[in-house]
Amino acid sequence: MVHAFNTYWNALPPTAQFVLISIGGVLAIMIPLIIAVAYYTYMERRVIGFMQVRLGPNVVGFHGLLQPFADVFKLLIKEVVVPTNASPVLFILAPIVMLVPAFAAWAVIPFNAKLVLANINAGVLYILMMTSLGVYGVIIAGWASNSKYAFLGAMRSAAQLVSYEIAMGFAVIGVLIAAGTLNLNGIIEGQSGNIAHWYVWPLLPLFVIYFVSGVAETNRHPFDMAEGETEIVAGYQIEYSGATFASFFLAEYANMILISMLASIFFFGGWLSPFQGLPVIGAPSAIWLFLKTLFFMFCFLWFRATFPRYRYDQIMRLGWKVFIPFTIFWLVLVGLMRLYHVAPWFV
Amino acid sequence: MKRVSHFFKTLFLTEMFVGMAVTLRHFFMPKTTIRFPEEHTPKSPRFRGLHALRRYPNGEERCIACKLCEAVCPALAITIDSEEREDGTRRTTRYDIDEFKCIFCGFCEEACPTDSIVLTDITDFHFEHRGEQIMTKEKLLAIGDKYEAQIAAAKAADAPYR
Repeated sequence: MVHAFNTYWNALPPTAQFVLISIGGVLAIMIPLIIAVAYYTYMERRVIGFMQVRLGPNVVGFHGLLQPFADVFKLLIKEVVVPTNASPVLFILAPIVMLVPAFAAWAVIPFNAKLVLANINAGVLYILMMTSLGVYGVIIAGWASNSKYAFLGAMRSAAQLVSYEIAMGFAVIGVLIAAGTLNLNGIIEGQSGNIAHWYVWPLLPLFVIYFVSGVAETNRHPFDMAEGETEIVAGYQIEYSGATFASFFLAEYANMILISMLASIFFFGGWLSPFQGLPVIGAPSAIWLFLKTLFFMFCFLWFRATFPRYRYDQIMRLGWKVFIPFTIFWLVLVGLMRLYHVAPWFV
Repeated sequence: MKRVSHFFKTLFLTEMFVGMAVTLRHFFMPKTTIRFPEEHTPKSPRFRGLHALRRYPNGEERCIACKLCEAVCPALAITIDSEEREDGTRRTTRYDIDEFKCIFCGFCEEACPTDSIVLTDITDFHFEHRGEQIMTKEKLLAIGDKYEAQIAAAKAADAPYR
């Protein structure tokens, strides 16, 4: 069996082998990611239910564990309705434009020192690019729907994403100054030591700004002006149904998990253990990365359960008049710390 | 001074953390959900649900066809026909309640001199065919037979307040 496989494998040209290995790697990231997204929706409903002193979905399967599959199958067998006056090509294209960068950004995420699909030296830049592309999906969706609510939602979302991208970029620049590299594994290795060596301590305000901007970037509560159920029904998603709506959902949740994972990579030492130096529990492992990510994923839901939606002018004020000046101020401070080699982070 | 404290409050997001502490506390609270089909909310013994006709312990039906319930019914939901039985007592031949007309005011139960017609605490009943909403004497007696213990307990619990 193995022998037969080996002969077939060696008979393939090297290009085909490379393509097959890459596809295998992509699937190995995408399929767990899609399942994680499905269970993230379940976790969201349960966590928010618990915070509202109720139970949330608990009937489908053991403690409701099959609920996400019920939802997915329901969405997939529903009809995709294209509104009469919508532009059909763009209308179908928009969820794809949303989904592809949301998945593509995962290519450079290091799950441990070796386990990374594409260990490129400009990983941070690549991720910033990919997450920025998502805004095209929102705008195309809002425009192609030919509906005023969708259009309003898209406009709001575009302005919001653009303004928070800047604050987020500045926050990441702080990390880059500290690490001196754009490679994600390099950033994590720069934080080795123990919990005190993580970049979250010298960059605490930048971390807060990064995470809040991340919440705004993914259009999550309390910055979900793009959806704003009470004002513009569901924003750019309003005309979407069935599989196309599911794609938007998938992209949004994949982005949330991505932001959570990046927060743990940039500021909390990624796959490094907080008890580095101790035996067994000090070993770097992907489990640490997943635990940290899980905490930030929980924070997304925690925020949603806690805070009411911001008013639009308050969002703009926060983004432009608070976050951006503050990040610039702290960048100067980080530069000074770097210049004078403040221990233990900038040696 | 107020502005200074406000500045530091917003800078350190104190109110935000207070709010998050509240939600986190609720996260660990015991949940108040009642899992409906398996669990029910507690009901008063005076609850007015589906009707039933009761019997005496010896099996004789309580209804004596006095038609007080029919007279008092504000929705005209009750129809009664009666005749004299061989033993000389007056009994109903027909006792119909239209559940669609009924407004569940409970006047029939109040009017009944023999505690025959009662309102049980059954709320989850339904009809699948037209005409099924007419509860005939047989159906009402069947409900009464099935839930007699429950009805008697509710009556006993409410008796001190009557």
